[in-house]
Amino acid sequence: MTITLSHFTSAVLFSIFASVVFGITQRNTPQEMVRYGLYCFSMFLGGVILAGWVMWLIRR
Amino acid sequence: MANPSPVKTKQSEQDAAGPVSTMSVLAPAIGWLIPGAGHLIQKRWGRGVLLMLSIFTMFFLGLAMQGRVYKPNGGDILDMLGFVGNIGAGGLYIVTRAMDWGHGAISHATADYGTKFLIVAGLLNFITVADAYHIAIGKKP
Repeated sequence: MTITLSHFTSAVLFSIFASVVFGITQRNTPQEMVRYGLYCFSMFLGGVILAGWVMWLIRR
Repeated sequence: MANPSPVKTKQSEQDAAGPVSTMSVLAPAIGWLIPGAGHLIQKRWGRGVLLMLSIFTMFFLGLAMQGRVYKPNGGDILDMLGFVGNIGAGGLYIVTRAMDWGHGAISHATADYGTKFLIVAGLLNFITVADAYHIAIGKKP
């Protein structure tokens, strides 16, 4: 089975899984875990979007 | 009085390292072999299942994207680091090598993402193993 994902889909999936692991392992209480997981996810995704815009500007 | 308490020093060193129990050895070992299982055997069901799902899915997505699995090697430094990342996935890596999967496809543009997914799945499992150990020694609830 072969899957071909776009750059953005790959980055989103990567962000979800990494954020889940970071959230669970780096915080002690369930509430903190959820908050930290969401924070990591938003940082990952924000970084991807920001990097995308920077590359678009460089290309222009 | 020259050396007042060598035993105390040893004791404090042991305290700093944490108590050695069967679980503190078993949980990381099981957690390495089966990602998330180190939490499950300590009855952290929710965390264990989430970690297992995340790492397994990431690893299998990497394989499905035609990612490359590194073999033990003494060549290029990046290849060696890739192997270190891959070996973190424990049982998943062993099964993949045994089944002769993960050759990587240069023709696919996303195959490189697959390789990264495989490496990161292993690295995330290293963090999971450390977390299972911290739970086992009582450092984390």
